Amino acid sequence: MILVAILLLLIAGVAAWASERIAGANAPRWVSLFAFAAGLAWAFFEYWHGAVDGLYARQAFAWIPRFGINVALELDGLSLLLVALTMFLGIVAVVSSWDETENGHGFFQFNILWVMAGVVGVFTAMDLFLFFFFWEVMLIPMYFLIAIWGHENKGYASMKFFLFTQISGLLMLLAILALVFFAHGATGELTFGYAALKNLAPNISADIRMWLMLGFFVAFATKLPSVPLHTWLPDAHTQAPTAGSVILAGILLKTGAYGIIRFAVPLFPEASREFAWWGMLLGTASILYGGALAFSQSDFKRLVAYSSIAHMGFILLGVYAFNEQGMQGAVMTMIAHGFSTAALFMMAGALQQRLHSREMSDMGGLWKHAPRMGAMTMCFVVASVGMPGLGNFVGEFLALLGAFESSVWLAVAATAGIVVAALYGLYLLQRSFQGEPNPNVRALRDFGAREMSVMILMLLGLVWLGVYPQPVLDLSATTIAGLGVLP
Amino acid sequence: MTLLQAQALLPYLVLAGGIVLLLVLVAWANSEAMAFGGALCVLIATLMALPKAWGAGSQAVDGFMVVDGFALFFFGLFVLAAVATALLTFRYLPSRAAHRQEFYILLTIATLGAAVSASATNFAGFMLGLEVLSVSLYVLIAYSEHGKPPLEAATKYLVLSGAASSTILFGMALIYFATGTLAFGYDAGELARSDRAALALGQALLLGGVFFKLSLVPFHMWTPDVYQGAPAPVTGFVATVSKGAVVAVFLRYALDSDLLGSDVVRSVVVLVGALSMIGGNVLALLQTNVKRVLAYSSIAHMGYLLVAVAVLAVPGEARTLGVEAVLIYLVGYFLMTLAAFGVVAALSGGDEEVEELVAYTGLLWRRPVLAAVLIVAALSLAGIPCTVGFIAKFYVVAAGVQGAEWTLVWALIAGSAIGVYYYLRIVFTMTKRRDLPPAAVAVKGRESATAAALGVLVVVLGVYVNPLVELVRRVLSQS
Repeated sequence: MILVAILLLLIAGVAAWASERIAGANAPRWVSLFAFAAGLAWAFFEYWHGAVDGLYARQAFAWIPRFGINVALELDGLSLLLVALTMFLGIVAVVSSWDETENGHGFFQFNILWVMAGVVGVFTAMDLFLFFFFWEVMLIPMYFLIAIWGHENKGYASMKFFLFTQISGLLMLLAILALVFFAHGATGELTFGYAALKNLAPNISADIRMWLMLGFFVAFATKLPSVPLHTWLPDAHTQAPTAGSVILAGILLKTGAYGIIRFAVPLFPEASREFAWWGMLLGTASILYGGALAFSQSDFKRLVAYSSIAHMGFILLGVYAFNEQGMQGAVMTMIAHGFSTAALFMMAGALQQRLHSREMSDMGGLWKHAPRMGAMTMCFVVASVGMPGLGNFVGEFLALLGAFESSVWLAVAATAGIVVAALYGLYLLQRSFQGEPNPNVRALRDFGAREMSVMILMLLGLVWLGVYPQPVLDLSATTIAGLGVLP
Repeated sequence: MTLLQAQALLPYLVLAGGIVLLLVLVAWANSEAMAFGGALCVLIATLMALPKAWGAGSQAVDGFMVVDGFALFFFGLFVLAAVATALLTFRYLPSRAAHRQEFYILLTIATLGAAVSASATNFAGFMLGLEVLSVSLYVLIAYSEHGKPPLEAATKYLVLSGAASSTILFGMALIYFATGTLAFGYDAGELARSDRAALALGQALLLGGVFFKLSLVPFHMWTPDVYQGAPAPVTGFVATVSKGAVVAVFLRYALDSDLLGSDVVRSVVVLVGALSMIGGNVLALLQTNVKRVLAYSSIAHMGYLLVAVAVLAVPGEARTLGVEAVLIYLVGYFLMTLAAFGVVAALSGGDEEVEELVAYTGLLWRRPVLAAVLIVAALSLAGIPCTVGFIAKFYVVAAGVQGAEWTLVWALIAGSAIGVYYYLRIVFTMTKRRDLPPAAVAVKGRESATAAALGVLVVVLGVYVNPLVELVRRVLSQS
């Protein structure tokens, strides 16, 4: 079924592209909306259907037998959560950019669908070759989204995005091949299978495992992104069209986090444990540095982009705390951040479409013109600041709790990041929606039913995650236990 | 000659006989359509004779050549590349040359030369094959009569390629002097001390000539000029078949004579490979002409190929994987290079080549199929998954890792990282929508089914490569 879901998105992409010629600009949007809705329904169906041995669905057949490469896809708790998030944010991306494209509507939806297909593949692949395949495949449509429909500096931003991810991806490819062939040399078995390699990896010498782990880590930390590999993100986010930003922040960053949880840590548990303090340090640095940079931005979208870096820091912190709470906090942050940041980017896109500017100096007092937009911005700003009762709080709290057990000082420093978050969050809200009305803005079209419906859905999601996170924690708990790295 | 040998030689006989027939036919009825159709028929008949020859098993013919899986595999590859080139030329040539019949005949002769060199097991076959190929290429490169005749490119290629051939020839003479045989394989144990020096010098000269023909750094100077000057379909043919033939014969020589057993040779291969990967990619960054970009990119790609060649020094699994990697890599390289030059050829509608990158601005919105093919080819050359270029690069890196050639593997990673930039620049240029320069608006060419088919193949083999892998393994098991 997993392959069917991926194929559904791929075929819907082609159909969306073709439908523009036949039925006009709106047809591709409906096609992709239906595809994502069907995908989401499928994810819920698998959840309702229940798990066998912790897996909601699985699939495996030979692909390139010469190297022991299989098309192996598995849907466990964590994958299911992230796949559902992917499908949901697909809907958000389509809705948020409903009237954003001026041309190439079909190709636009094609790219959205193909990125998401690649992402679903990344979240379910259980073969390292297949994983790498999807990992790279999702880059190209994302590149097109930025390069074709981006804003004024799109050439630079899209190239930077692609170069960073591609170069770090090459390091990962080398690490994958080295892992496979060292394991082959040590045991005589040639395979790219995840489970098999997890068993074979301890046969490689410890020094080499450290290098291999770093190869994986660099690729994932670039995607996450973590300081100091983050510089592509502000440019890519700022220049991307709204749907691109929503996908980038909501989903693509999570593939980096997922990679660390699924591959970097479980394949090399000892090396990761040695590296753990550095991982937490990078996390803390991202939280503080990302927060400080966010505070000094004058561009609405860029501010949100830097705040993403800070939030991703909590994920690193939680994962490398090496305990249950930390890991759970990381997963929770992934989901909650997907909602809150997607909403804020949607807001940024809506403002840019209306004001033709992202500068906060061109805004001010907008609440008067657009109360619904203002209220929504407030809700998602406080969510991203980490207000108790909303999902982000649960994630960050758990991550900090886990970190506290491992390293008190880093946890203390990271907690200061929450204060910084409050600073830049409230600063964002004040400069755009509150304060003296900007005399240059006479009128502002408020959100309509289309935008409000997805906004409210995302808000409900965050409230649910904040008040009753147990189902999500249960889902990820089985995966986390299955990784076999926690004491 | 036994019956089995005759059966094994069937494709060579069909091709050679077909060429003679074509010559007579064209002399009698001076028609372009007949030359084109005839050449296609001969090539397809040759292709159909290949399974028959394969059925005869590995057959040595007089120590001159051997018809085994390896030779037939390359034969098939060259014939397919020639078919693609002929199809691309048919629409390209009429606006450029009045005498077009000879083109197709020369193309088949070049293919025969390439096929012979892929099956050579001694230096006579090596030289004969390469010269038949090169001499046809001199004419093919100079083919356009109208517009700006590519005389500079043709002369450059004639002089420099001739120099390389004579270097190779001198190397062969020295090797013959040392070993007393023209065959690739020799008994190293019987060589006297004085002979070893001659052998080493001979091998050095031979390597130099081969590196030149493969346009590896520092023997690459001729490549960009020849690529730019030659008619686009011919450039594609030079980039693929002429290089593939040299790789094939060099690979067989290296394996039979255990060339890479020598540490000096191996270090030279590593050095030249690393220089080509880095140099080719860095120089490509500076180009604004698509044909020159592709020329430098082909230098880098031949460097990638040397990773798999260097691995041949390690006997056992690494060597097996290395040979496999060379074959797979060449298939990928053939497809994506022909696709890229196919697009250039299809776009060059008048008698001017559409080769400046500016002219490709916004192509995706004006010639969607051609632009899509070029995007696929560029991504494939950059080694992005979902294309055959990725599979090829994967194979080469796997061989490098298995053989522990870390210097080359790191050079490959660095080279690919640099390469992404200029491939992506081509893609980005084609996706632009506004501010089209006049050069872009003036592009006349039409969409091309041949280019589209090549693009589709690049993607299909990138996703479902197993049949190719199995074919290569079966072919090599018979060699």
